[in-house]
Amino acid sequence: MKIHEYQAKEILKRYGVPVPRGEVASTPRQARAAAENLGGSVVLKAQVHAGGRGKGGGIKVAASAAEAESIAGRMLGSRLVTPQTGPEGRPVGRLLVEETLEIKHEFYLGAALDRAAAAPVLIACAEGGMDIEEVAARNPALILREPIEPAVGMREFQARKLAYGLGVDREQAPVLARLIRGVHEAYWENDASLVEINPLALASDGRLLALDAKMNFDDNALFRHPDLRELRDASQEDPLEVEASQASLSYVKMEGSVGCLVNGAGLAMATMDMIFLAGGRPANFLDVGGGASAAQVSKAFRLVVGDPGVRSVLINIFGGIMRCDVLARGVVEAAREIGLRMPAVVRLEGTNAEAGREILAASGLSWSVAADFEEAARQAVKLAGGRA
Amino acid sequence: MSILVDASTRVIVQGITGKEGSFHTEQMLGYGTQVVAGVTPGKGGTQHQGLPVYDTVDDAVREEGANASVIFVPPPQAADAILEAAEAGLPLVVCITEGIPARDMVAVMVYLRGRRTRLIGPNCPGIITPGACKLGIMPGHIHAPGPVGVVSRSGTLTYEAVHQLTRLGLGQSTCIGIGGDPIIGTQFTAALELFNADPRTEAVVLIGEIGGTAEEEAAEFVRARVRKPVVAFVAGRMAPPGRRMGHAGAIVSGGRGAAADKIRSFTEAGVRVVESPGGIGAAVAELLRRK
Repeated sequence: MKIHEYQAKEILKRYGVPVPRGEVASTPRQARAAAENLGGSVVLKAQVHAGGRGKGGGIKVAASAAEAESIAGRMLGSRLVTPQTGPEGRPVGRLLVEETLEIKHEFYLGAALDRAAAAPVLIACAEGGMDIEEVAARNPALILREPIEPAVGMREFQARKLAYGLGVDREQAPVLARLIRGVHEAYWENDASLVEINPLALASDGRLLALDAKMNFDDNALFRHPDLRELRDASQEDPLEVEASQASLSYVKMEGSVGCLVNGAGLAMATMDMIFLAGGRPANFLDVGGGASAAQVSKAFRLVVGDPGVRSVLINIFGGIMRCDVLARGVVEAAREIGLRMPAVVRLEGTNAEAGREILAASGLSWSVAADFEEAARQAVKLAGGRA
Repeated sequence: MSILVDASTRVIVQGITGKEGSFHTEQMLGYGTQVVAGVTPGKGGTQHQGLPVYDTVDDAVREEGANASVIFVPPPQAADAILEAAEAGLPLVVCITEGIPARDMVAVMVYLRGRRTRLIGPNCPGIITPGACKLGIMPGHIHAPGPVGVVSRSGTLTYEAVHQLTRLGLGQSTCIGIGGDPIIGTQFTAALELFNADPRTEAVVLIGEIGGTAEEEAAEFVRARVRKPVVAFVAGRMAPPGRRMGHAGAIVSGGRGAAADKIRSFTEAGVRVVESPGGIGAAVAELLRRK
């Protein structure tokens, strides 16, 4: 789960990570009041779940409270398009209004999971404010990594190593070390999957501050963080994806015309790859999952055909934990309910596959049944009007 | 021969009285697996699926002489179930549960260090030695005994590959689903090492996907150590970066985990990479003929 910058900063503040003075505004009037409280000159930052906001015009400087109000009037209610949002952009419902700062230097600081080590890792770089992946590709030696031993947590010496490694003044190093430990604690205690402070700024008055902040959370751990669940902003997500997550379906919207309904994440990815190889484009990733019920399958089917870009549907099922007969019943039920007029290609294999095929055949619906899944992909692409 | 499980493996099911645990216990028994007991705290002393149920793994192991466990416990309690099985000294623990918090798995991996327990999964279909022992949720009937080892991060995509192999007359020595989570107990490299040492395994099928660097590590291991033919498929070439594709571990992030990099690593290591999962069976058949 993603949250907004202002929410991440509120969390980080609780862990002793200093952030610029700022207020959240959802109306131009509030933006003006915030600017007045902060001394007139402010930065207005669009709160959307995407990076690259600066490039998209989502970060503006105002010299006065009046200017802040007029800029806020243009930004609020608009959709911000950044290199990471896609052409449809994200709605700007809130602005973070912050004090302007004179910056001496920008660092990068992050906490993430090192999968191979099965442990957290703190990552720091003396060159911040830009894409860390680019820095890593250009000069890997600039990236400092401090793996955390989970049995003892982050030790003070590790925070000191990173602080000294970033090359701050002797008197600032302990301050930075404390900040780094705060970031680790915020990461660990909240079951975050990623914390990124980019940039971490050294202001000319000597303060170290999280100028930007990003926190993502492990969806699997949200059950034990009711407070974090409250921070979800569904307006930032694709409406179909929101609907899917409410039905516990794993769905990712894509741009193509072949709707996919598949059981199993690997098979769903492979099905998308096959559609691509057959000359088509998948409209979505959709894994109906292991123990999905007939009701859930029906919901999934509705979701796929609810995408206006979909021209044909490919149902690719290999039954293991999920039985084909259960799935077939769900699909037939859903197709009847929604009065399906779209061409559909179905492929069923695995546990109770025979029973599943019988249910499909007896349904009276005009399914195209494919033998193997390359063939299924070819047919679905053809039916969607693509080449195959 | 085979790896990790065979006809002598004595299995307990943790979470046997739940819906999934119950259904798959029946399936495993039907396949001929020696399931000897179940564990559900609070239900000790009862019977389920004709098997004795115990309150603790310790009790089940002591009374029934089990040497492997399969876990169907819900995500909030699943890490604890793994630890209980490890503490009881079981050499093999297979965790089917999907949705365990990564932080819980970090703690599990610390606990397992230096212990004799091998963990497979979580978020995996399990392990099967065809005709001998099925420890998991895969459809048993698609498998057949034979010379091909299969290791995969996926579930259903693995069944797809196995189904093809069987239809081509290529049985399997053992098939392992290592799981789709970012933190898993057994990596590709460990499975490859076991298959490499198993005289019954003549070729290996490896099914990877986007996210992490386990495929790159596997490629390096194959290049350095494996002298048997390896066929690989990597799912997710179409996956956009930064989006999680179902599996918690299937995400291209921080410039890592793209399918193209994994395919390149495999190709450079001499692994035969197939473009379509539909080509896995034929590629194995061809490489075995050439041997």
